[in-house]
Amino acid sequence: MSGLNVLQPGLMTLITDLGRFGHHRIGLTTGGPLDPFAFRWANRLLGNDDNATALEVSIGGLVIEAQVDTWVAFTGGEMPLKIGGEEVDGWTAHPVKAGQRIEAGFSKCGARGYLAVSGGFDIAPMFDSSATVQREKLGGLNGQKLQAGDLLPCAPAANAGGFTLPKQYRPDYASKAPLRVILGYQQDAFSEVQKQIFFTSTYKISDRADRMGYRMEGPAISPSINGILSEGICLGAIQVPADGQPIVLLNDRQTIGGYPKIGSLFSGDTARLAQMLPGTEVTFEPYTQAEAHNQLLLQKRFNDNIEPIKVTA
Amino acid sequence: MRIEIAGENALILYFGEETDPRVSAQVQRAVAETEARLGSAVIDLVPSYASLLVIYDPLQLDHLQVKRLLSDLGNSDEDEEVSEGSLIKLPVWYSSESGPDLDALAERAGMSVSDVIDLHASTEYRVYAIGFAPGFAYLGQVDERIAAPRLSTPRQVVPRGSVAIADRQTAIYPAASPGGWNLIGRCPTRMFNPEADPCMPVQVGDRVSFEPIDKERYLELGGEL
Repeated sequence: MSGLNVLQPGLMTLITDLGRFGHHRIGLTTGGPLDPFAFRWANRLLGNDDNATALEVSIGGLVIEAQVDTWVAFTGGEMPLKIGGEEVDGWTAHPVKAGQRIEAGFSKCGARGYLAVSGGFDIAPMFDSSATVQREKLGGLNGQKLQAGDLLPCAPAANAGGFTLPKQYRPDYASKAPLRVILGYQQDAFSEVQKQIFFTSTYKISDRADRMGYRMEGPAISPSINGILSEGICLGAIQVPADGQPIVLLNDRQTIGGYPKIGSLFSGDTARLAQMLPGTEVTFEPYTQAEAHNQLLLQKRFNDNIEPIKVTA
Repeated sequence: MRIEIAGENALILYFGEETDPRVSAQVQRAVAETEARLGSAVIDLVPSYASLLVIYDPLQLDHLQVKRLLSDLGNSDEDEEVSEGSLIKLPVWYSSESGPDLDALAERAGMSVSDVIDLHASTEYRVYAIGFAPGFAYLGQVDERIAAPRLSTPRQVVPRGSVAIADRQTAIYPAASPGGWNLIGRCPTRMFNPEADPCMPVQVGDRVSFEPIDKERYLELGGEL
């Protein structure tokens, strides 16, 4: 078996595809890339299938060594990149020769980076997906984050080629735009005053922020009910426990829970939020399901129409 | 039945407000109907005690269409029979060794340990929901007399197979994990095995009953200490 050899795994690097869908009924969460937009671009820049298995690098610190000639692309957070000791650009496909090191340093902006390889990594799916969910010990190589010495299997692809995404289309992870919230679930249990507090206050991302959820620190909001009969939780759902500090639930969330929820974040903004680090200040604004739906369709059309530029070796 | 928005591509259907086998049966019927009506637009479904979360592909359907397609669910004849899921018998080694909260729970209930065991094992439970962790099945309802609130300080590690009570729910921990439920015994049957097919012995809507066994039998059946 050949592939890429992990020399340093970084803070938390996970093998993943787009996520594990259709298995909530047995309690499996979706996992998958926290920023699926950047993830899809990493694959698209290599001409891979959208769902091809790649790496999610949190914060940075990854060093791997190629055992094969292939092409790679890195998207997402601004982690200083080197291939064979030479600095290279993000959002661009690059050739790699066997024996060369690929390094992703610590991010200057944006917490999650995505490293894709031509043809994707060859990882056996569990429950239809290669996505690593550490809490469930599923996916990846053994249900855990990368360790030094792991081998990421992939086929040689010396002449694969690839693309670069023009700068104007790359996301701005420093954006201060409010996070858009679709009111829903138990929103009626939050009075107008409580909603106003939520939508006019600044919240800080607490240190308790991980792939399950991002806990906020700021003015407490209190619903008129303490708990509910446990029910299904969708991506971005904002639950409010007894201390009144909202928690935005992300990809590795529990599938059901009993805390009241005021609504859910728009998926474009769960991705933006997950790119932020603890201590970052955020604000929320109301958004409707119809607006979200339109925005998703416009975003898809916009993305589909972008023509990345061919890169030659 | 009431439909609320959950997220940008998710609606939640409420069939009642409390734990009730008839409501749970409605949820089960709604799962099948939703799959039939939405077809490939279903991304995932989360049935629970009294609700069904429907996550759909927003590039195939929008919330207005989904609402229209599902709006008459739960309006069927209320006298409809509660569907009887399969009955699964699970062995449990009840003891203070395998269930460190058993004695305290009996004291709290003001009855003997053997009465607590009898009450827990003589009730037939329904699988109301699966979640929290892979294969974690919420079973209800526990007899009121032995219902007990969660521990004020959850344990860092609850061993795999632990049988536990929280309020009027009971469950078997499918894997070692942190947990705040009251532990009263251990079950040797694997509740979640990703390599097996099916990976779980129960599904939502099934019935479960417990059969007391001793330590020797527990070990014979593959139970771990």
